[in-house]
Amino acid sequence: MDFFGRPKADVSADSASKTAKHVDPAKDRAIPWVEKYRPKNINEVTAQEEVVQVLRSSLETKNLPHLLFYGPPGTGKTSTILALTRDMYGPDAAKTRVLELNASDERGISVIREKVKNFARAVVSQADPKYPSPPYKIVILDEADSMTGDAQAALRRIMEKYSRITRFCLVCNYVSRIIEPLASRCTKFRFKSLPRDQAIARVKEVAELEYVNCADGAVDALVECAEGDLRRAMMSLQSASRMVQGRALDAEMVAELVGVIPADFVKTLRGAWGVSSAQKIRGLVDDVVYSGYPASRVLSQLHDLVIEDQQLNSLQKAKIAIVMASVDKALSDGADEQLQLFDMMMQASQITAQQTV
Amino acid sequence: MALWVEKHRPAALDKLSFHSGLTEHLKQLASSGDLPHLLVYGPTGAGKRTRIAAVLREIYGPSAEKLKVSQRVFETPSRRKLDINIISSNYHIEVNPSDAGIYDRVVIQDLIKEIAQTQQVAASSARKFKIVVIHEADALSRDAQHALRRTMEKYMGNMRVILCSTSTGKIIGPVQSRCLLVRVAAPSVDEVVDVMNIVAKKEGISIPPSFAAQIASGSQRNLHRALLMLEASYVRQYPFAEAQDVLLPEWEEYIKVIAAAALKQQTPAQLLAIRKQLYELLTHCIPPPTILKGIAMQLIDGVEEELKAEIVHQAAFYEHRLQNGQKAIVHLEAFMAKFMSIYKRHLMELP
Repeated sequence: MDFFGRPKADVSADSASKTAKHVDPAKDRAIPWVEKYRPKNINEVTAQEEVVQVLRSSLETKNLPHLLFYGPPGTGKTSTILALTRDMYGPDAAKTRVLELNASDERGISVIREKVKNFARAVVSQADPKYPSPPYKIVILDEADSMTGDAQAALRRIMEKYSRITRFCLVCNYVSRIIEPLASRCTKFRFKSLPRDQAIARVKEVAELEYVNCADGAVDALVECAEGDLRRAMMSLQSASRMVQGRALDAEMVAELVGVIPADFVKTLRGAWGVSSAQKIRGLVDDVVYSGYPASRVLSQLHDLVIEDQQLNSLQKAKIAIVMASVDKALSDGADEQLQLFDMMMQASQITAQQTV
Repeated sequence: MALWVEKHRPAALDKLSFHSGLTEHLKQLASSGDLPHLLVYGPTGAGKRTRIAAVLREIYGPSAEKLKVSQRVFETPSRRKLDINIISSNYHIEVNPSDAGIYDRVVIQDLIKEIAQTQQVAASSARKFKIVVIHEADALSRDAQHALRRTMEKYMGNMRVILCSTSTGKIIGPVQSRCLLVRVAAPSVDEVVDVMNIVAKKEGISIPPSFAAQIASGSQRNLHRALLMLEASYVRQYPFAEAQDVLLPEWEEYIKVIAAAALKQQTPAQLLAIRKQLYELLTHCIPPPTILKGIAMQLIDGVEEELKAEIVHQAAFYEHRLQNGQKAIVHLEAFMAKFMSIYKRHLMELP
C-alpha cells in the first residue's frame, strides 16, 4: 500500500481512473463519485438541452461569447463548462488553456489583478490538432457570486481588453450578486433544477456501476431528499453504500442517512394542533429535541405538510406561514430550539382551533 | 478518584448499552476499513463523544486512547498569535474551535492541511487515513465551514473529519451533504434507569427502583446528568431511602423560587426583588438562555391553560432578543415584567 503518496495523488487519480484498466479499489473508493461520474464531454450532459445546444454550435463555429451560468446547486453548471473545455482543447491542452478559480478560497482583488490578469494576457499555447481548439483560452470563475464587488469591478476591463485571446465563464448560484456591468458582458444561461426522472435515471446508472444494491423506492427517496440537487443525491448514495455493505438499500435507511424526520412523526406533530393541551404539546416538543431532530428540519417538513393540508383554509395557512417564518428567522439567529418550536406549535395550534369555533 | 461518569464510560462499541441499531451501523463502518466523513448530532448527554471514542478505538485499536495534550500556536492573517489546546493520539486529533473565537477558520485550515500532508507512517497501522474530530461544530463560523467544504473533498485521500454537534441546523448544507449523518438520540427514561443500575452494580451499591426512576425523570433524559445526580445523592446519603429527595442542582431550585415569586405577586417591588435573584444566578455563571427557559417552563406549569400560549410566545420572543442583544439582565427582566403584566391583567379580568 502506498503510504507515501503525496496528498494530491487521490484527487488527480480521478482523471487517470477513466483510462487505467485496473484501479486500486481502496484508492478508488476515496474519490467522491460526484467527481468520478462527472460528464466527460458535452454530449453526456443530461438535461439543460438549450444550453447544450448553444454550446455545441459554438464548438462547430469555434466562436464563444463570455458566459454566465447561474442556477441552483447540483444542476451541472461546473460540469458543463468543464466538459466543454475538454471537448474544445482535448484533455492535455485543456490544462494549459483553462484557468479554473474556485472563488471560495481564492477571492479578492489581488487574485484578479495578478493571477487572472497574467493568465488572460498570456499568449495562447500550442493546440491539439485532434480537437477544434479555437484560438483563445478560458477562465472559469466558479462560485463567482462570493467574489467581492471590488474583485468583480476589476474584472470588467480585463474581460474587454483581452477578449481576443481569453474568454471568461462565470459560474454562480444567484445572478443578482453579479454586478450589472459584468453580467451585461456575458451571455446568460439559466440552469434549471433537474427533472425528477432524469435525476433518478442517473442515480440508478451510478448505483449499477458501483454495485450498490438498491431496493425499490430507495433511489426515488434519494432524489426526493436531494430536492433537485444531483450532487447531493450522489453524495448520499455514496455514504449510504458504505453503510449498507452489500445489503439492500431501502427508502427508510436513506431517510435516516440524509437526516429526514419520519413522516409519521411529523404527522403526529400536525395532528396535535387545535386539539391538544399545552402539556401534551410540550411533551411532543421535548420528544423532538431529545430525539435530536434539528428544529429547522422539523419546520420545513411541517411547512410542506401544511401547504397541502385540506383541513386548513387559506387564511389559516397564511397565518401559520407567518409564524413559521418568524420562528425560522429566530432559529437562524441562534435562538433556543426548544422554546421556538414550542412557541410555533402553540401558535399554530391556536390558529387551527379558530376554524372549529 | 474519577467521577462515575468518566469511570464507567464504555470504551468499546460492544459495551455501549443503548441504540443497538446505531452501534451495529457504526461497527460496520469502522470494520469496513473505510469511513466517510461523519456528522454526529444529538442532544447533550446522549453519548455522542462516547460513540466517537468507541469508533476510533474500533478502527485503530486501544492505542487510540493514549491521548496527549499539546499546545499549538497559530498565526492569524493580522499577525496575532493564538494558543490552542489540542488533544491528539497517534491516529487522530481533537479540536474545539470555540477556543479560537473568530479566528476558527485559520485554525481549521492550518490544522487540517497539516494533518492531510503528513502521512500515517507507523508500520502497524492498517489504515491510511487520520481522523480530525471537531467538537461543537455548530459553533464554527460560516467562514470556517466554507473552508472545510473544499478541504474535506481535497484531502479525502488521507484524512477524515468527524464533526460533533448538538444540532444540524447551524451546519451549512454543503458540509452536511459531504458527511454521513449520524443521529444519536437521547436515551429513554428506562434506558437511563438501566444504565444507572449497571453503574450501581459495578460500584457495589443498590438503588431502590422508585428512586432510580425519580433521578431518571429529573435528569431530562441526559445520561451524563443522571449519573452525576446519582453520585451526588450517594455522597449525601447512603443507603438510599425510597422517598429520598433527588438532589437537583442548586440553581434549578433557585429558578423555581423565582418563578413562584412571580406567580405570587405582580408588583414593581416584587420585580425589584426578582432582579436581585436574577443577578445572583448570573454571577454564578448560569447561561442566561438557560435561566429564561427554566423560568418560562416553571411559569407555564403555574398558569391557566389559556395563558400558556401567550407566555411561551413571550419567552421565545425574549430568548431570541437575548441571543441578539448584549446585556442579558435587560432581557431577563423584560420577560419577567411582561409576564407580570399579562398575568395581572388576566387575574383582574377573572371575576
